[in-house]
Amino acid sequence: MVDELLFFMEVLVGGLLAGTMYSLVALGFVLIFKASATFNFSQGAMVFFSVLAFCGFMQDFNIPFVLAFILAALLMVVVGLCTERLVLRPLMNASEDTVLMATIGLGYVLEGLAQAAWGVEVRRLDLGIGDFPVPWIADNLKLFISALDITAGLVAALMIIGLFLLFKYTKIGLGLRAVADDAGAASSIGIPLKHIMLLVWSAAGVVALVAGCMWGARAGVQFALVDLALKALPVLIIGGFSSIPGAIIGGLIIGATEKVLEVYIGPYFGGAIEGWAPYVLAIFFLLYRPEGLFGEKIIRRV
Amino acid sequence: MKPVFMTYTKKDLINLAVCMVLSVLIIPTFISTEYWYTSILIPWLCLALATIGQQIVMGYTGQLALGAAGFMAAGAFAMFNLILRVPDLGFVGSLIVSGLIAAAFGILFGLPSLKVRGIYLMVATLASQFFIIWMIDKFGWFKNYDSSGIITAQDIVILGKPFTTPLAMYFVCLAVTTVLTLLAMNMARGSTGRNWMAVRDMDIAAESMGVSLLRTKVQAFAISAFYCGVAGALFAFCYLKSLEPVAFDIKLSFKILFMCILGGLGTINGAFIGAAFILLFPVLLNAVGNNVFHGAIDATIISSIEQVIFGGLMIIFMIYEPLGMAKLWETLKHNIKSKLTSLDITSLKSSKLKKPRK
Repeated sequence: MVDELLFFMEVLVGGLLAGTMYSLVALGFVLIFKASATFNFSQGAMVFFSVLAFCGFMQDFNIPFVLAFILAALLMVVVGLCTERLVLRPLMNASEDTVLMATIGLGYVLEGLAQAAWGVEVRRLDLGIGDFPVPWIADNLKLFISALDITAGLVAALMIIGLFLLFKYTKIGLGLRAVADDAGAASSIGIPLKHIMLLVWSAAGVVALVAGCMWGARAGVQFALVDLALKALPVLIIGGFSSIPGAIIGGLIIGATEKVLEVYIGPYFGGAIEGWAPYVLAIFFLLYRPEGLFGEKIIRRV
Repeated sequence: MKPVFMTYTKKDLINLAVCMVLSVLIIPTFISTEYWYTSILIPWLCLALATIGQQIVMGYTGQLALGAAGFMAAGAFAMFNLILRVPDLGFVGSLIVSGLIAAAFGILFGLPSLKVRGIYLMVATLASQFFIIWMIDKFGWFKNYDSSGIITAQDIVILGKPFTTPLAMYFVCLAVTTVLTLLAMNMARGSTGRNWMAVRDMDIAAESMGVSLLRTKVQAFAISAFYCGVAGALFAFCYLKSLEPVAFDIKLSFKILFMCILGGLGTINGAFIGAAFILLFPVLLNAVGNNVFHGAIDATIISSIEQVIFGGLMIIFMIYEPLGMAKLWETLKHNIKSKLTSLDITSLKSSKLKKPRK
């Protein structure tokens, strides 16, 4: 009985921590949505692009870890700049769906560029954090929890706190919220829309890079990251598109549910149900609470 | 049920005749290389058919869906099982029934569209994509307990006659595509299509004018999935000649989405233009890579470049011409016509007018 409980705890904690990895991807999404009401479908591609560039700098040019990270972050700022200039500004007054489709196109461009520049083979990324159980926890609590998972959880927590403070208490954050609420009104009172957009896309790029490092250390830096990042979408639906805490809670729910379902119900169906379970969970949320747990209720006017 | 094949104008009949002469007489007489049939014409017809399905739900009804490949898989595997287990049904019967089975999935996964739209709906339809592929993959019954993972498709036999040569398969695809395209054009023009477009342009207004949202949306999803299902069956039986769930992964869904958007949302001919472009462009790019650069550029780089170009075109079209290549073609035709005839102000105006897209 105790063993079973321990096993359940292990599955649950593992799921929760894995969920923070989804949260990290979802975070970049929320950032852009909060500031520009744009669904950035290319967030997954940004994760792939940034971490592949990071690996490329380190492995092909032998640039040291920290410098490579900074270079990759700068590259994401450039991507943000180009996106603002070439994609978002011309689509300023376009409908939501049009912008969404343009970001799908942007995702394709980023994936293609990354592969053209750095090749298609799977790269290993070693962060110096092992993906194996931490001995101390294994000895004392009898739980096998990966060090990488714990790091991902901590990084996610730090980023949430940072972003939360940024949005809530700084002038920039106020500007971001104003733009999200009504871009026209915000720019009429002198909030520099261009800068805000650039800032948000750069921030989302850096968040993508961090998420990419975590994912890359676990699964290798490869194209499949883009598909994994798709799971950030159900996370967002559960948490709400405009809520930073929502992205975290959503990630935790998805991570925990998919692991628990996989371990306890999966065997009856031949396994691998985690491929679709998050989406089905998202559908149930859509039916009963379309705005997500923490999202603002969307009121459509005729 | 209203009469189906009755709303054609003289112009349509001329267009139809030209297309038929081209595809039935000219192509088979002048193209004899198998490559053209097996690698270009057959997949083009199949994917164009699937794109029409995507058009119905996305271009006409305005519902952002991203699960076309899932419904194609449902159709393909339904076809395999029907031919295997209910041989009396025959090829055409099986094709129709597998379309209907895909339509049932379409209804099920289209239901969320009643409550949500935009990216929310996209996520809901992604569920269908992943669920259907998983289901086929995990339950051996669908694959007749074949352990290799790839099943060879049965030969096509219609009324006792085998259709196994590339040319014969081309004609099978052509016949099915023609019938379903004509049907789709009719639906789009008739009250069904008017309802779809009313829902697309302003669902609340449509509802207040007496268009049932439930009926219209579910109908659009069902018909869309039917088209995708039939297309998937043809795709597996005439093009791939094998069945494996991996062939219908999310990448194919994205491909069909691109065909639909680049071709031109809310047009039937756009489906054919878009499918042709997405299929032919990589062929062209590879030819350029091989003949101009003599293989100096790696094939993987070429496919990456292709991806960049598709994505870039998507952005460019969204910015400059959200109605896609079909609209460009229309504009071009108008301009040529107004150049040829004396300056006709009305046609010039209508060609310049961009419809605002909701």
